[in-house]
Amino acid sequence: MKVTICIGSSCHLKGSRQVVEELQNLVEQRRLGDQVELAGAFCMGNCQNGVCVTVDGELMSVKPETVNEFFEKEIAGRLAQ
Amino acid sequence: MRKFDTKVQELKYKVLREVARLAFEDRLLENVTDIPKTIVPGKNPTMRCCIYKERAIVSERVKMAMGGDKSNSNIVEVIDIACDECPVGGYEVSDACRGCIAHRCEENCRRGAIVFDANQKAHIDKSKCVECGKCASVCPYGAIMNHKRPCERACSVKAIHMSEEKTAQIDNEKCIGCGACVYQCPFGAIMDKSFLLDVVKLIKESRGGEAYKLYAVVAPSISSQFTYAKLGQVISGIKQLGFFHVVEAALGADMVAWDEAKELTEKGFLTSSCCPAFVQFIRSQFPELSDKISSNLSPLATIAKYIKETTPGAKIVFIGPCTAKKAEVQQERVRPYVDAVITFEELQALFDSRDVDITALPEDVLDNASYYGRIFARSGGLTDAVTEALREQGDTDFVFKPIACDGIDACKKALLRASKGVLDANFIEGMACMGGCIGGAGCLTHGEKDKNEVDKYGMEAYEKKITDAISVLK
Repeated sequence: MKVTICIGSSCHLKGSRQVVEELQNLVEQRRLGDQVELAGAFCMGNCQNGVCVTVDGELMSVKPETVNEFFEKEIAGRLAQ
Repeated sequence: MRKFDTKVQELKYKVLREVARLAFEDRLLENVTDIPKTIVPGKNPTMRCCIYKERAIVSERVKMAMGGDKSNSNIVEVIDIACDECPVGGYEVSDACRGCIAHRCEENCRRGAIVFDANQKAHIDKSKCVECGKCASVCPYGAIMNHKRPCERACSVKAIHMSEEKTAQIDNEKCIGCGACVYQCPFGAIMDKSFLLDVVKLIKESRGGEAYKLYAVVAPSISSQFTYAKLGQVISGIKQLGFFHVVEAALGADMVAWDEAKELTEKGFLTSSCCPAFVQFIRSQFPELSDKISSNLSPLATIAKYIKETTPGAKIVFIGPCTAKKAEVQQERVRPYVDAVITFEELQALFDSRDVDITALPEDVLDNASYYGRIFARSGGLTDAVTEALREQGDTDFVFKPIACDGIDACKKALLRASKGVLDANFIEGMACMGGCIGGAGCLTHGEKDKNEVDKYGMEAYEKKITDAISVLK
């Protein structure tokens, strides 16, 4: 699974840094490093809904305070299916 | 309010602006021959003997603005008719010599080149003089002058000589493209080729991001430029021109510092790879040290590669202070990642060709890079970043002994010692321009304050550590 987090300037201001860190921690805790590839990208053109994240190409929106929820549903949840 | 150091820069800028304006309006082909008259309206000459010569030189500048002589691979060219054929006498004693008793000039000349006439006035025996300048530095009256051409004096690699026609001539084998002569020639007779038209084409063909995403990668020295506006306004201006996004080359610098620290601990001795003029200097003058050059791509190429690999179809324009970058991106290993390079001078011309008044724009943001990536713009910054990278990598056994050199003369000294194995350092940070990139030939202004501006902007970074900035990119 490829998860790309926008680190463009707008998302950066909205906390993409924290989102990246949280996701890295969660992936490590659950030992999902082999299954989840985290990457950065510059601007996905959807700045008003930042922080922008794509999961296998599907565009989504995450906030620093919703990272856990997002991880359970869109990453761990999808992998479990 | 335009800020250039010299009128030569301003003249060059005006030409670039007109060329860009016509290109944006799709009128370049029909109206290109009118540009000299627009710039030199007449009737009275202000720069040369007559307006016809002024216009003839402007047409040569127009050629350079449109990419210059395609058969000449060097990105720096001499405009023959603009060269004033300055005198080339070297050190000479002027009338200010009072025929004193001390004769410090004679005492300090190791070659015995100072001779005296019946009035005790000094003269230089040119058959013995080696142009060391000792006599000039000790004369209490400052009576000894160096009549070397400004271009030759600026060229530390000695690539400029006088041709048979007495105009300046560049030896392409020796030239490293640093642009020092471009900035120093008081007549503006040496210019860097411009790729502005490529950029206009990239902007137009991206159709506001519909056809492809056009990225501007800006050099960290931008924080010392466009001082009449806020940095955030410059970023807004770049986007207004039609760029999709603006990325800091400083983020590439973070990545390079990280990898360079690793490579250094493996190899034990390294020279930096950020400055293309420094790299070229080693290759041409110290080929025996070529294997010591860091194998990393430059910060620009590193971040551009990352963008191209993550964003299919993306096109990239680098905007910086550097003429040598124009040559760097022509190399095989860099060409795939960077589509065009322009300087800050050329960015100013682009803004004004579209009548973009950046002082009236809202402030956008530019971030991602760490403090360390951002201070690459000044001499010593790269060294600080590698020090930090080693610390963050937890490598405490390795004894880091860096030497930071700015200006080719300083680089040459360190490289000479390294080639003889007597340099007390295991890392050479080499920057061809004085003060580092903030002294680049393509900067709008060059000043003492610039270093402070770079440091100040570095301190504003959210990312305090290199790891913070690059973790997601790895």
